[in-house]
Amino acid sequence: MWEYLKLIVLAVVAVGAAIAANYAHDLPYMVNAVVVMLAAAITFLWTLRHVGDPPSLADVSANYNDGVVKAGVIATTFWGIVGFLVGVVIAFQLAFPELNPAWSQGILNFGRLRPLHTSAVIFAFGGNALIMSSFYIVQRTSAVRLWGGNLGWFVFWGWQLMIVLAATSYVLGGTQGKEYAETVWYIDLWITVVWVAFLLTFLGTLMSRKEPHIYVANWFLLSMIVTVAMLHVVNNAAIPVSLFSSQSVPVYSGVQDAMVQWWYGHNAVGFFLTAGFLGMMYYFVPKQAERPIYSYKLSIIHFWALIFLYIWAGPHHLHYTALPDWASTLGMVFSVMLWMPSWGGMINGLMTLSGAWDKLRTDPIIRMMVVSIGFYGMSTFEGPMMSIRAVNSLSHYTDWTIGHVHSGALGWNGMITFGVLYFLTPRLWNRERLYSLQLVSWHFWLATIGIVLYASSMWVTGIMEGLMWREVDANGFLVNAFADTVAAKFPMYVVRALGGTLFLAGALIMCYNLWKTVTSVDRKSTAPSAVPAE
Amino acid sequence: METYSLLREFADSWMLLALTVVFVLVIFWAWRPGSRAMHDDAANSIFRHDASPARDTQTAHRPSKELSK
Repeated sequence: MWEYLKLIVLAVVAVGAAIAANYAHDLPYMVNAVVVMLAAAITFLWTLRHVGDPPSLADVSANYNDGVVKAGVIATTFWGIVGFLVGVVIAFQLAFPELNPAWSQGILNFGRLRPLHTSAVIFAFGGNALIMSSFYIVQRTSAVRLWGGNLGWFVFWGWQLMIVLAATSYVLGGTQGKEYAETVWYIDLWITVVWVAFLLTFLGTLMSRKEPHIYVANWFLLSMIVTVAMLHVVNNAAIPVSLFSSQSVPVYSGVQDAMVQWWYGHNAVGFFLTAGFLGMMYYFVPKQAERPIYSYKLSIIHFWALIFLYIWAGPHHLHYTALPDWASTLGMVFSVMLWMPSWGGMINGLMTLSGAWDKLRTDPIIRMMVVSIGFYGMSTFEGPMMSIRAVNSLSHYTDWTIGHVHSGALGWNGMITFGVLYFLTPRLWNRERLYSLQLVSWHFWLATIGIVLYASSMWVTGIMEGLMWREVDANGFLVNAFADTVAAKFPMYVVRALGGTLFLAGALIMCYNLWKTVTSVDRKSTAPSAVPAE
Repeated sequence: METYSLLREFADSWMLLALTVVFVLVIFWAWRPGSRAMHDDAANSIFRHDASPARDTQTAHRPSKELSK
């Protein structure tokens, strides 16, 4: 019965999408409708072929649902490479404008590829890393199988469909014009559906847990899921101009719209890229170090301080705008206060290694995690500093901001995710070890040097450009034209693109290493390793 | 009084006070005496059940009283 219902729904969606593609007002809508039609048709055929399969008699509740985590490992790696590659391409496009050739205008020029890069690394690479880690962590810390049967698979495939829809929409010009929330209205609706399924899977597993206490990593992950749902729904409130158009009109206007956008924008950083990844830190760093977190009490305080403070920090994106001064001062003050929990959390993560610092010498995976925590500390120091109004008057609209974002994204989010991928792959595929620790070291150094080149060139070019913009002569006239700053930035743009290339090269080495781990490392002997070490 | 002014006044007086008090209480709650055994137990929970879920017949963890002995 359930299978027939699924078939009917999928058929209706496929036919509806075909009709919608026919009536489409614009190209991104039409292409997206075709993608939906194909996705529904493929799922329909897959379901049809499995109708009437005898139900599996095996008791799955005795095992974790690791299939969906494995798929997450593959997707995270794949989208990571795609996102980094597009990033390197647009970095070279900025340095050498000839790389925006006339034939590619309107599809592959910088303006179209930039949201593709940001969404690919944040939502495709980061999002898959978060979903994969959440599913792995919540099962093991709750000691039960993932709740909801195949709902976890729906979350996984739904998220991949969202990524494909967003990517095809961006390059053809479908956008809401909201930074980090460019996806048009119907993709926003689909994200909401998938995200609610994610929340249900996570909550259902927590509620059926057999451990009395909810481990702190789950607090961070759950706060990520709940807050992102709230941010997404409020920021994307819009009225479509037609059922067959990708265009919509936001329900807010003027400064309210700007404030809602940056309330979303900054908390996407705070909860998606910080709280969620802290959840990964609080589970995987102690696991890899094989010792419990330095202070569990500190982790609780870290959590509540982060939750109470972060949500107010958004207005620091709107200094010297139409936003009232009290609001931007509030954003600034709360950003500065965020120093405390951020550094508390960093110390907590680093001190987990106390008494085991020698692991830094022998274990390149823990080295990667430690550097990632170091970058967390550095970028959460830099961020509050840049939110101070006086500093912001120099740094805002310059490449300093880009450098700050990337020290956080490449250093903190990227490195911890690489560490987690190296941690998970041998365990999920039941291999004795990674294929090569030496290649992990290569990846580590390429990525670290790449980030250092990236961040330092952006500091130089950002501060230079800020100073050039504000330089006035004795009569009060501006000394530099905008094009003068662009010309002066050229060498730093080349260095930045090289840094990105090194980072991408490291990720490619990781791909090879993970592939060889699965294909050519011996299976782990199935000795009674499952006995808990109590 | 218009809605904006009303909410604004409420937000930077009573609501601010309430949230601050909740926050301070949370910190004291984390540091309350006697919570160490429970926190140690939670911190070590990641080292249990690595390969497969807890079976129904076995208790998932040792009670914290027993642990603190």
